[in-house]
Amino acid sequence: MLQIVFDSLSLGSLYALGALGIALIFGVMRLVNFAHGDVIAFCVFALLWPSTDAMAIVFAGQLPWYLLIPLVLSVGAALSVLCEIVVFRRFRRANPATMMIASFALGFVIRYFLLMLFTSRPKSISLLPMLSQPVEIFGARLPLLQIITIIVTVLILLGLTFFLRQTRFGLEMRAAAENFSMARMLGVRANRVIMGAFALSGALAGAISLIFVSQTGTADIQMGSSIMLMAFIATVIGGLGSLSGAVLAGFALGAASVVMQVILPVDARPFRDAFVYGAVILVLLFRPQGLIAARGTQERV
Amino acid sequence: MSLLVLNNLEIRYGRLTAVRGVSLSIRDGDTVFITGPNGAGKSSLLRAIAGATPASAGTVEFDGYNITGRAPEDIARLGFSMVPEGRDVFGSLTIEENLMVGRGMAKKDRDWRTKAIEDLDAVYQTFPILKDRRNSQAGLLSGGQQQMLVIGRALMTNPRLIAIDEPSLGLAPNITDQVYERLIGLQAQRALTLLIVEQSATRADLVGGRMLLMRGGQIVLDGNARELGNGAAIQAAYFGYEDH
Repeated sequence: MLQIVFDSLSLGSLYALGALGIALIFGVMRLVNFAHGDVIAFCVFALLWPSTDAMAIVFAGQLPWYLLIPLVLSVGAALSVLCEIVVFRRFRRANPATMMIASFALGFVIRYFLLMLFTSRPKSISLLPMLSQPVEIFGARLPLLQIITIIVTVLILLGLTFFLRQTRFGLEMRAAAENFSMARMLGVRANRVIMGAFALSGALAGAISLIFVSQTGTADIQMGSSIMLMAFIATVIGGLGSLSGAVLAGFALGAASVVMQVILPVDARPFRDAFVYGAVILVLLFRPQGLIAARGTQERV
Repeated sequence: MSLLVLNNLEIRYGRLTAVRGVSLSIRDGDTVFITGPNGAGKSSLLRAIAGATPASAGTVEFDGYNITGRAPEDIARLGFSMVPEGRDVFGSLTIEENLMVGRGMAKKDRDWRTKAIEDLDAVYQTFPILKDRRNSQAGLLSGGQQQMLVIGRALMTNPRLIAIDEPSLGLAPNITDQVYERLIGLQAQRALTLLIVEQSATRADLVGGRMLLMRGGQIVLDGNARELGNGAAIQAAYFGYEDH
């Protein structure tokens, strides 16, 4: 039982962090950033030396954790900001569909760049190996990593909440997410806020990639897209643009996946995802605006 | 001295021309009403000055700077504070947070917080209702309170000029009276320049100041609000009657 709770929470953590990364950017510029998943993949491969081997040649990955973590987070933030400056900035006034297509294209560019350097073969990699040993809590044997994942996610969420509620820049971001054009007329600098959102979202992508790779032990070019899909669904169920909704829905999706894995009859388990998506459709039928509807879905300037 | 100068400003939306060649000069410290029927181009004019809508031709100068085509945030930072139609409070933020957004442009030096609190207090003094509800969500305020909030928020930017689009929209007449009373008080107290868009000329007549009448994207009448009053000339200009 406890095992199920922890499994749900740790899977939900990944989805919640992913959904948050998408919701942050959607909030300030109405862009559904499908390149987010590939930013996640990029963060992992940034630690590897380009090669075609099945065993990853760990390059920066051998750094101690107190250097490794900031490095991955800043790689994510830097790539994400770069995407903004090089690509999305030119689409500011374009309609959301155009921006979405552009983000697809950008995702492919990043993915094929990785493919070129590393080939499509998944690589085994052991990051932070000391985390995989199990610990015993209330009679259940749980991987230490799972507990750390949950703690880290909670810390990230608390930190982000503090940032958004208590700092000046956070306040500007919330104002801009609600009514970008009004915020600008009060002197809020559009470029700064948008770049800040991309940086945060990229750093979140870095965090996800660290957690994911430590959990699975493989670096795969496709890894981002699987999380991305679930994260995107979480942002939609949560109410596009609503940060708390995204987090809530992320955890709910994680729980739904794990619970279905347990309660479905063995024959139906391979179709677990179909059941999860079915539940998603049900939620959207009853609450098309999402669990927590975001304010201010007006046109941006 | 002229604070705001428009030179042949023209605004087009596709094939539609909303404002045709408006030239105008507004002195520091003046109260200026822009009135006119629906679709006269009043709101477009304000939005273009604020940088929210691009001008197709002509120039805008504010405080001696050419601000044509500049970003809204840059124009706001020069001291032009815009209160758009429909009030646009940040509904999910608290009242105090709404006010503090107007503070974003202040330099973050050592006494930044002290100054912000001083200015907050000044706003609260003008609008005590905001102080009472400072920690509640702005979206829950009544229309009149929201109007006071957005004026207070504009004040937090320490503007030279406040441009307000239809402050009376959707408000009961006695609430509108209160809003105007505060506005006029503030103007005297802070040497503000006010640029107010209203559909009806009655308010301009009550408050006084300069009145511009727009119709069909042009300024058709320009004079002292009290002298123009509600006379025949203004009616003719407003409705576009020709002389018989």
